[in-house]
Amino acid sequence: MEPVLAITIGVLVACSVFLLLSRDLVRVMLGIAILSNAVNLVLFTVGELTRNAPPLIPDNLKTPAGPVANPLPQALILTAIVIGFSLLAFALVLTYRAYTALGTVDVDAMRAAEPAYTDQHPPSGTEGGDATGVTTAANRHREAAE
Amino acid sequence: MTWLLVWPIAVPVLTAALCLVAWPFPRGQRWISLTGMLVLLAGALLLLRGVVAEGATSAQMGDWAAPYGITLVADTLSASLVFVTAVIGLGVSIYAVTDLDAGREVFGFHPLFHALLTGVGGSFLTGDIFNLYVWFEVMVIASFGLMALGGERRQVDGAVKYVVLNLVATAMLLTAIALLYGVTGTLNMADLARVVGEHPAPGRIAVIATLFLVAFGMKAAVFPLYFWLPASYHTPAAAVSAIFAALLTKVGIYAVIRTFTLIFTVGEGYTNALILVIGVLTMLAGVLGAIAQTEVRRVLSFNLVSGIGVILAGVGLDSAAGMTGALVYTLHHIVVMAALFMAAGVIERAGGSGDLNRLGSLYVRRPWLTVLFFVAAMSLAGVPPLSGFWPKVLLVQASLEADAFIVAAAVLVTGLLTLYSVAKVWAMSFWRSTPKREPAPGATGGARAAIVPVAALAGLSFLIGIWAQPVISLAQRSANELMAPSDYVVTVLGRAR
Repeated sequence: MEPVLAITIGVLVACSVFLLLSRDLVRVMLGIAILSNAVNLVLFTVGELTRNAPPLIPDNLKTPAGPVANPLPQALILTAIVIGFSLLAFALVLTYRAYTALGTVDVDAMRAAEPAYTDQHPPSGTEGGDATGVTTAANRHREAAE
Repeated sequence: MTWLLVWPIAVPVLTAALCLVAWPFPRGQRWISLTGMLVLLAGALLLLRGVVAEGATSAQMGDWAAPYGITLVADTLSASLVFVTAVIGLGVSIYAVTDLDAGREVFGFHPLFHALLTGVGGSFLTGDIFNLYVWFEVMVIASFGLMALGGERRQVDGAVKYVVLNLVATAMLLTAIALLYGVTGTLNMADLARVVGEHPAPGRIAVIATLFLVAFGMKAAVFPLYFWLPASYHTPAAAVSAIFAALLTKVGIYAVIRTFTLIFTVGEGYTNALILVIGVLTMLAGVLGAIAQTEVRRVLSFNLVSGIGVILAGVGLDSAAGMTGALVYTLHHIVVMAALFMAAGVIERAGGSGDLNRLGSLYVRRPWLTVLFFVAAMSLAGVPPLSGFWPKVLLVQASLEADAFIVAAAVLVTGLLTLYSVAKVWAMSFWRSTPKREPAPGATGGARAAIVPVAALAGLSFLIGIWAQPVISLAQRSANELMAPSDYVVTVLGRAR
């Protein structure tokens, strides 16, 4: 069973990396969704798979009779699913918000926070009152951002 | 004393809940927030005093015995970081009360802020690696909210990059934890230290350790994984930038220090050499980035990255002396970064912009801020007698002792270039005269009281500088504990093992 899961995880991670490298933010979000599920499968697989043996302790005993499935990975995965779900929900809302605010989902075109460097004259503190050249450069910054 | 361990987690989460209850009353939220911070500070102080007096302490949640349940542990490092978190939290919440615009306050700044502190406190105190992941997520989701709070265009843009890269880092961290659990069968960090030390296949452990380094490195913004930080930290409200800059990357650094001193000590030469190289590259790349920037908070963001590199280099030296320097630098950097980012917020209010090309002659209107920014900036650059000087002395000494001359040179060059980058900010925004000495359009002025927390933290930096011994001895004690992790293991698992 483990080899099948390992290959599945590998395929999922490959798909998610392919999507994460896309410039389209929606595809990136899909990549994150697949990646978090692939990681959940890793958690599931490393917990050692045991078939047909639920981790239940009979009434009259204090320890399970014979080998049972490891219950801990399920608790861990459940936690990870809940966290991953809430993070993904936030990220999707943010994507939509970015689309409405910036008018694009192309991450290369998202330059509001880091406008392209158009200023040909690096600032030198000695210029002092030279407002003209500096201000036009700064205005060009702002126009590029807006 | 064990009940105090829950304090730095329970108090902020309760404060956040009460702030949510008081949602329609922003003024009420302010008082709840400030009261909560004072209670947290008192608890953190008691915890630190207790740990200094009686040594490391641990508590088992729900009384499930050690390797099975979730453990909270406070050694000197955790307790001092929790204390400095509370100090900075108080400073930033005072700043937020005076400076934050009504829109951001109404839409939940206070609850998110305390949720963030919950995550930070939990990360510092937990003794369980999966629980560490959960606290990271508490911190990260709160930081997503704070990052996007306000919804300005450039904020949304910054938040997209911040969120995506944090989610990828999270997935890597969870993978690393899963693989470590698969190899060792335990999640308790003290138990992991024992099992990993005796593990027959150190090769697999080294792979997992590297995965942890990548995941925590992304959170801590190290070279070459730091690009999300300067892309986003200058966009949110100044109070949010300040708390992020002071604490979030430090949690990543704390996680690196904890896991690589406690758990991954086999094959040490390999990982330590890697940490050392990453540290040197981070400090140089960060400071060179800072020089190229022309916006106050972006310069500071790159300086933040550079500081992370200095800390990592100290950790990578793998000696008690190097670790001491790294820890003193961490404490200093938390205080100074919070002060500088808050001062940058005041500059933006007073000058109408964070763009150095448009700022000027602020010393006319803000003489005190001019002095305070100068003190904090010189402290960041490591000019004596301020707090940044001592950790650099310690780090240079430690690297010379370890024959790591390149590291010593890199620390000194970084200090010099940092001086250049922050002096440029100070000269361009405060000192140079502009023809028109009236406020630029968009300069709201901001509340005068916003300068109080800046003054308090810059003063704290000065105080640490002239009276450094308590901080240095605290760091020395933490470093000795980290270099001999058996005490930590005994504190958690008991003497029987």
